[in-house]
Amino acid sequence: MWVDMWLFINNNWGQIGVWVLEHLQIILVANGIACILGVVVGIYITGKGREGIADIVLYFASIMLTVPSLALYGILMGILSALNLTSIGFLPVVIALILYGLLPIIRNTYTGIREVDPAMIEAGRGMGMTEWQLLTKVKLPLAVPVIMAGLRQAVVMNIGIAAIGSYIGAGGLGQPIFRGIANYRPDLILSGAIFVSLMAIVIDLLLGKLEQLTTPRGIRIRR
Amino acid sequence: MIEFEQVTKVYPDGTEAVKKVTFKVEKGETCILLGPSGCGKTTLMKMVNRLIPITSGKILIEGVDNTKLNEVELRRGMGYAIQDIGLFPHITVAENVVTVPNLLGWPKAKKRQRAAELVELVGMDPVEVMDKYPAELSGGQCQRIGVARCLGADPPILLMDEPFGAIDPITRERLQDEFLKIQSKIKKTIVFVTHDINEAIKIGDKIALLKEGELVQYDTPAALLSKPKNDFVAAFVGADRALKGLRLTKVEEVMRTSPPMVKVDEDLAVVNRRMEEAGTKWLMVVGDDRKFLGWVGKSYLEKSDRLKDIIIPPAATATRSTILSDALSLMLSSVIGNLAIVDDNGLLEGELVFDDLYKALRRINVE
Repeated sequence: MWVDMWLFINNNWGQIGVWVLEHLQIILVANGIACILGVVVGIYITGKGREGIADIVLYFASIMLTVPSLALYGILMGILSALNLTSIGFLPVVIALILYGLLPIIRNTYTGIREVDPAMIEAGRGMGMTEWQLLTKVKLPLAVPVIMAGLRQAVVMNIGIAAIGSYIGAGGLGQPIFRGIANYRPDLILSGAIFVSLMAIVIDLLLGKLEQLTTPRGIRIRR
Repeated sequence: MIEFEQVTKVYPDGTEAVKKVTFKVEKGETCILLGPSGCGKTTLMKMVNRLIPITSGKILIEGVDNTKLNEVELRRGMGYAIQDIGLFPHITVAENVVTVPNLLGWPKAKKRQRAAELVELVGMDPVEVMDKYPAELSGGQCQRIGVARCLGADPPILLMDEPFGAIDPITRERLQDEFLKIQSKIKKTIVFVTHDINEAIKIGDKIALLKEGELVQYDTPAALLSKPKNDFVAAFVGADRALKGLRLTKVEEVMRTSPPMVKVDEDLAVVNRRMEEAGTKWLMVVGDDRKFLGWVGKSYLEKSDRLKDIIIPPAATATRSTILSDALSLMLSSVIGNLAIVDDNGLLEGELVFDDLYKALRRINVE
């Protein structure tokens, strides 16, 4: 089986490259959008008097995670075809991944900002920062490590979920897995699984580095 | 100048935090808002820069109602320092210090220069700390930077909420001394919140004593100690009023300005004679320019034939503006018992003798 897998990989580098790129594309688009949306929503719900909204948003975002991905793809296909949009392939998968990725990002943005030391916010406001300056100069820089951790979690989780997207024709590294299941070819399943895992590990490492780079130097220092 | 007119704060839950408080803080004065916790002192201060909205009454800043001013500009126009310091950990000390100049859009070079000036003003080495992060400083250093930061754009008014609250008593005393020194140079109008009566007496020109949101007495520290308006004030300023009075008196008021002394090149026989004339076992030794070098003790005279070799360098000296309570603790910690008073350059100005201090203490008691 391992030998078969190795032979398959070795003879199909071109095909595997295409799958990897397709997979990456889905992940980048979905998580790029989830990141922007998640941070914006996360910031919005930290606003004064929005504790109620925050609870609702976080509740729905976590409910989202309990929906099985296949079911979600199915639901989205229904909705998209009713709207006369492409109901299979790239679009429904990207939308599903955005929905899955939102929770960790919204939650971490929310907690990251809420946990900024109130003394700093009071000092900033007392010195005449506008609410916008308070957000961009104090709250966000201090919340960056937490937000980045959320993004990292979302991306790694989505790499796995994206593989299932091949089932509805989105391509990517799910292709060899599903093909392997259908034709009883463990070598195919293994190749797909190994590349999905590799991708998750590599991207997690890269995002870890990014997390370090974006963390302001002053808060990396531990007394 | 800051004028409080019938200032009242009622919170939405009905708590009356501040009740019809009226008083005036003159330009260049340090006004202490003093009182037990929950007396409304912090609320009162925060209404000045509108961090807390006023319910009724007025606060006039240089004659202008502060609710007529733009909130953000109002705040940028007054320094603000808080007990928890609130230094931003993600930016350097220099960037922290010029937070307000940064908001005001000063050019980079000017900000850098201002940061260096301020770091130096609060007694730290700009080269050493400017590019450090707050996490690399000690608690006392952070407090200093907090004070430097509130002076950032050189505002005429400073609001300080227990700025020396969260540090050990020794560092605290030192910061208070430096605060007095700095204030004597910069002459800001300061509203300073504290619950510490000793701190209030030491650094306040005026003290506003509050109780349950009401202004009980607004007076100079001396008047508060000597003429407490009612039992609450008397109890709050405390039973050891005479000792506290020592904090009100400066060394220059009781020191001897022409104390017995010898020059360093004097013959030992002369030194001995001078001691007998003055009836003392210790004499101060000065250099040619009256620079204070140390003490010579009677029992040391036989140990050498040159005065220079038997001088005991001073363990502690004080200046004219040292307050008597500090001078007393310096005296108690030294074997000599008397204290040399020097100026900033170390030139001898006088001597503080325990007897004089005792007399001052009795005088305060009688008053």
